[in-house]
Amino acid sequence: MSAPAATAPADRRDHGRRVVVAWIALSLVATPIVAFVLGPNLPPGNGSAQATEQVFDNTWMTAIVTPVICLLLVFFVYALSQFRHTGGQLVDGPPLRHDNQVQVLWIAVTAVVVMFLAGFGSYELLQNGAGGGQGPSPIAVPSGQKLQVQVIGQQWEFTYRYPSYGGVETSDLVLPADTQIELHVTSLDAIHSFWAYELGVKADANPGVDNVAYVKTKGPRTIHVRCAELCGLWHGYMFDQGHVVPQAQFDAWIKTQQKNYAAVMKYLPKYAKSYYPDPQRRAG
Amino acid sequence: MRATGWKLLGIAAALAAAGVLIGLYVGKLTTDAGSPTYTVPVTQSGGHAVVDLKIETVAAVGPQLSPGHPDYVSYLIQNTAGKWLRRTVWKLPANATVHVTIYNFDGASGLRNPLFARPQGVDGNVMTVDGKKLDVLPPDDASHTFAVPAYGLVVPVAPVADDAKNPCGYAPCPMSNAHRTIQFTFHTGKPGHYRWQCFVPCAAGWIDGFGGPMQTIGYMDGFLDVL
Repeated sequence: MSAPAATAPADRRDHGRRVVVAWIALSLVATPIVAFVLGPNLPPGNGSAQATEQVFDNTWMTAIVTPVICLLLVFFVYALSQFRHTGGQLVDGPPLRHDNQVQVLWIAVTAVVVMFLAGFGSYELLQNGAGGGQGPSPIAVPSGQKLQVQVIGQQWEFTYRYPSYGGVETSDLVLPADTQIELHVTSLDAIHSFWAYELGVKADANPGVDNVAYVKTKGPRTIHVRCAELCGLWHGYMFDQGHVVPQAQFDAWIKTQQKNYAAVMKYLPKYAKSYYPDPQRRAG
Repeated sequence: MRATGWKLLGIAAALAAAGVLIGLYVGKLTTDAGSPTYTVPVTQSGGHAVVDLKIETVAAVGPQLSPGHPDYVSYLIQNTAGKWLRRTVWKLPANATVHVTIYNFDGASGLRNPLFARPQGVDGNVMTVDGKKLDVLPPDDASHTFAVPAYGLVVPVAPVADDAKNPCGYAPCPMSNAHRTIQFTFHTGKPGHYRWQCFVPCAAGWIDGFGGPMQTIGYMDGFLDVL
């Protein structure tokens, strides 16, 4: 038995105009709320220049997608309420084909949105790396003097080396406030990922690789560091706290570390971008 | 109720029961799997809780304490009757002084990171090895470490010499076997669930020495349940 032929709907009300009006009205209300109320509260906060930029990026991108989400919501709710089938035989609606206006509009709008977001994201990344690891040869290098800090991942703790202070290594992350930091992230064993949430930094720690990330600290604060790469039994416990402190406090702290770790300094390898420790007595 | 209804109810009940059992199993796996908890005896000194923790490290835990993995390297803890138990989840009081004695019956493996060759997070940042105070151990000599990262605590464990007479084969190892004695003191803080681990790649026969007992709770790592 052949299917019943589709027929034009008897209801000739202007559904398209209604949807567009409702969409514009909802977008005009929702977009400013997202941009000015929700946006400033988006992660990761205001702990560094990179974190602040990420909040700005997240706010912009969320604001841009808000009208898209509004259109979907309006269409969904409108279709549910207006095109509800209440009885009788279920038939397909009239086919919508060869409507050049709809096709051109659809392709143009989506292309513009996608191209804009790609351009915007690339521009933001190229400013200073946006807190992400850029590998051993970074292309987005901030200008000015930088404090080098090496982050060493190992199962299951991050340790930190300060090459400009004699290569002293510590188990604690302490950074001076309002300073451009050049992080060199590496690993001694498995793949880890150094994630300093409040600083907006996330960089993979791969054995034998020097992964460079930049961050400009702001005022004193506590930062939460965790591993963001499944790295073995204690991955879930590989977290710690770090501190951004005033320069004078940092100077005093690093002197204390140099004194505390003096006994082990002679055993540390010379500072390098990556290390290949090889205690293989037990390895299979 | 119709037969179909009873059947559906039975299936739902069976699924719910299976879900609960799986949840309990997963919960057990993710907390203290592989090692029952050992409550460490506490004494009081001047109104202050003091704990005397006696543990040993062995190259092979042996069939008596670990029939499934007799060749795993392991930590053991001594109970008040002097018996060695393979338990690595220890209940300790909060804000207590913990005197630790480690009897090590194992040889050297070497540290991947020499930073851990220095005792830290313990009183005076020193340990005694066979009665002699040390503030650092040559990293290649480290047999194991006892580390509680949340406390910033790491202590390297001195090894038994490769040519030592009368080495221990399988645990439990009597004190007549060649061993080193490492002692230090630390303090528990606020209540919490703190993991401890070994940083030395000491798992014989595994890639880089970091598999098997290094990745299984109950051998070279566990928890301090501080209450």
